[in-house]
Amino acid sequence: MRLALALLLAICTVAAAQSGKPPPRFERNWDSLAKDGVHDPRSPAMRQLQEPREALSALPADSAGNQVRWVDALRDGSINPRSSLRPEAEVRLLETDIYMSRYGSVPAVRFPHREHTLWLDCSNCHEKLFKSKVGANEISMLRILQGEQCGQCHGAVAFPLTECARCHNTPRTPAKPRQAMESAR
Amino acid sequence: MAAPRVPRVSLILLAVLALAVPEARSEYGDVVLNRYSGKGGMRPVVFPHWFHRVRFRCKVCHHELGFEMRAGANDVRMSDIIDGRFCGMCHNNDIAWGAERCDLCHSGKPGLKSGIYGGHQTNGPGRW
Repeated sequence: MRLALALLLAICTVAAAQSGKPPPRFERNWDSLAKDGVHDPRSPAMRQLQEPREALSALPADSAGNQVRWVDALRDGSINPRSSLRPEAEVRLLETDIYMSRYGSVPAVRFPHREHTLWLDCSNCHEKLFKSKVGANEISMLRILQGEQCGQCHGAVAFPLTECARCHNTPRTPAKPRQAMESAR
Repeated sequence: MAAPRVPRVSLILLAVLALAVPEARSEYGDVVLNRYSGKGGMRPVVFPHWFHRVRFRCKVCHHELGFEMRAGANDVRMSDIIDGRFCGMCHNNDIAWGAERCDLCHSGKPGLKSGIYGGHQTNGPGRW
């Protein structure tokens, strides 16, 4: 009996010690290159190329895409990718948020320029993909799902389109549910 | 009351979607380049976005180096790379391995179609 109590105490102590760090909410798994379906397992590169697990398992966890929270990885310093090759290249950042709201049925979209310009240059989206003028873009979920507009990256390299609430993240004020609020903060 | 019937069209659509799911899973964001590789007797190139974005921000390749964002929009030939354009800006034995290490990039399964691969959630509409 005393032994059982001691054992229980030991288990509780270990559990308490581990509860300091949040447990991962999901299991992350990456296919090895040789089994990922696109690499040729007979290629001599299979012994030399870095495996996704080796590079990605140390980065902030996500449940979708590469299973990495890429913006968090920048923020917490777990990666610090280069912003330019040439020293004279201009690195541009923008801080403004754009709120987009056309329909009352889903939460409005907050588009943060900051997180996007940490990775991208203005010219990657403007003026071809999106006009700079606020309100001038007819953004459509259907087109996004077909790989246009936001869907050029989201659903291909940036977090996928299954993660609705990450963009549709701003509750509407009940008083004005259909108010068009695409405007710069 | 009769149980709601599933329309036959949607069942057929589901079957088509299930068959259309590509066999290759890959890692999210991988791009296969095979416009010229196969014809030249080489394996296709597999470009892993995840590997590169750990080291470089998108803007380095998609702004400074001039890669278009849309997969398939870049006409990259081996001669460009050897001359220091596109991949050759880094793959020059200075920043990254040089162009003579063919197999490290030309590592894809022979016959793969060009395009963006990677993960069951990559293909957008196919999943919806």
